[in-house]
Amino acid sequence: MNTAATNWIAACDADEIDEEDVMRFDHDGRTYAIYRSPDDEYFATDGLCTHEQIHLADGLVMDHIIECPKHNGRFDYRTGQAKGAPVCVNLKTYPVKLDGGKVFLGLA
Amino acid sequence: MAGGAKPEFIVIGAGEAGARAAMALRENGFAGKVTILGDEAHRPYERPPLSKAALTDADEPQAAFILTPDRLDEHGIAHRANAPVTTIDRAAHEVHLETGERLRYDRLLIATGARARKLALPGATPESVHYLRTFEEARALRSRLTPGSHIAIIGGGFIGLELAASARARGAEVTLIELAPRLLARAVPAAIAGVIAARHEAAGVRLLLGTGIERIEAVGERHAIVLSTGERIVCDGIFAGIGAVAETALAERAGLAIENGIAVDERLATTDPDIFAAGDCCSFPHALYGGRRLRLEAWRNAQDQGNAAAKAMLGGSDAYDAVPWFWSDQYDLTLQIAGLADEGSETVTRDLGDGARLDFHLAADGRLVAASAVGPNGKIAREVRLAEMLIAKRAMPDKAALADVSVKLKGLLAG
Ligand SMILES: Cc1cc2nc3c(=O)[nH]c(=O)nc-3n(C[C@H](O)[C@H](O)[C@H](O)COP(=O)(O)OP(=O)(O)OC[C@H]3O[C@@H](n4cnc5c(N)ncnc54)[C@H](O)[C@@H]3O)c2cc1C
Ligand code: FES
Repeated sequence: MNTAATNWIAACDADEIDEEDVMRFDHDGRTYAIYRSPDDEYFATDGLCTHEQIHLADGLVMDHIIECPKHNGRFDYRTGQAKGAPVCVNLKTYPVKLDGGKVFLGLA
Repeated sequence: MAGGAKPEFIVIGAGEAGARAAMALRENGFAGKVTILGDEAHRPYERPPLSKAALTDADEPQAAFILTPDRLDEHGIAHRANAPVTTIDRAAHEVHLETGERLRYDRLLIATGARARKLALPGATPESVHYLRTFEEARALRSRLTPGSHIAIIGGGFIGLELAASARARGAEVTLIELAPRLLARAVPAAIAGVIAARHEAAGVRLLLGTGIERIEAVGERHAIVLSTGERIVCDGIFAGIGAVAETALAERAGLAIENGIAVDERLATTDPDIFAAGDCCSFPHALYGGRRLRLEAWRNAQDQGNAAAKAMLGGSDAYDAVPWFWSDQYDLTLQIAGLADEGSETVTRDLGDGARLDFHLAADGRLVAASAVGPNGKIAREVRLAEMLIAKRAMPDKAALADVSVKLKGLLAG
């Protein structure tokens, strides 16, 4: 990723997301999922499951896994890696930074 | 296993369970030969979309393949299509194909699934009554779902109901006939079945509950269903969704024990220690429910048992005890069930808002044994998933907490 061209978009307040939880964020016609891990780090991925187009933000976060609410496909939200059937295509991830209590998403 | 040569494992049935088992053999380090023999013309594909997106998508449907040719190659898995197995010769450790070819196995997995139960009624012929199990059947069915055509569905189970919803989405008129006084009598609580029935009626489906059928008659190019009330329903297509029958013929001929499906033990081994069975075709004792013997027709069970069977074929001794889980999509509603509702004697309801409800089923001793929910998928899925984890833990949660939507189930899990 060319960080020089990163466009930081303010997505939400950091405390809007509980620890070990996820929130949906829509921007410019696309949907993203923003995660807060149990160790209080923030991550972001594409918002839709790669199996069928389902909003991951309705799913369950456990440790560093987001589980899709439709058929329980699992991804590591830190890397986007698909963790087994029925999902086999990885999720795209996005850089995240915190600034002044806000979460910013780095979109190209 | 015979020493020396590379071990050869064969999977009969290129479906959900067979495909998963073949992959899981590799994921668990098996380096021998893996062959999947399937009688269909395709690589393994997902069946759940056949009554959903395959019927409603604007574009001609494609099968949702589980494995790409690249993945099969990458994992060194041979898949043979159009290759029905006719015989298992246990003494010789061979399977016979229709062509007369014989293939040796060291260990064998039977994952032959189930087939649609055929309607036994006067006038029910392959021309008059259609079924839905395969991609070809979905495609044929789709071509009949045209605006203004009239489709009659026999059976108010999951497939019949999904078909009704999909047919309405395509503008067909739908009459659904069910013999029982309510929908999904064995599968879900009455309140949830009521929500589903109301949704179908709101969508314009004519629901005839508690209604018997006398016979089917040809009416020119069309057909009529003659009800026990005497009414004749003339329609452009009749579909029966009256359950599925485990595909056990091969196992039966090979002398393996059958008990409402190919009988396996808790590791999914049949009565022959080199032969295993998984998915819709097998019945197994469920450790979570006191060893009660179950046969499930559910997508996740097929995957989970595929994984478990692969481990058992490699010598593992774990008992299969995954919580049964099922979902169905109809219109904007999703239904999800975790566990076995009929093990419960008391129900506690959690109102999830937006018309979504979650029923917890508790056994007499207070143990959570099942959860059933209906509503928009995004409202129910997380809660059902957490309930499933509570069920797996054999939790005895506080009833007031279960009913109170402000109490997080995740918190109960930690407790
Ligand atoms: C229309 C439809 C909708 C569904 N929707 C849902 C849903 O919403 N939710 C849910 O949880 N479940 C659903 N299911 C159920 C789910 O698809 C099944 O539980 C799952 O497919 C079972 O997998 P399986 O591998 O055991 O069997 P199958 O997928 O049936 O695969 C078995 C394969 O073995 C082949 N075979 C049989 N005999 C032989 C032989 N002698 N030689 C070679 N091959 C053989 C069969 O042709 C088939 O290809 C649905 C099923 C259908 C039909
Ligand atoms: S849509 Fe996410 S697992 Fe199927």
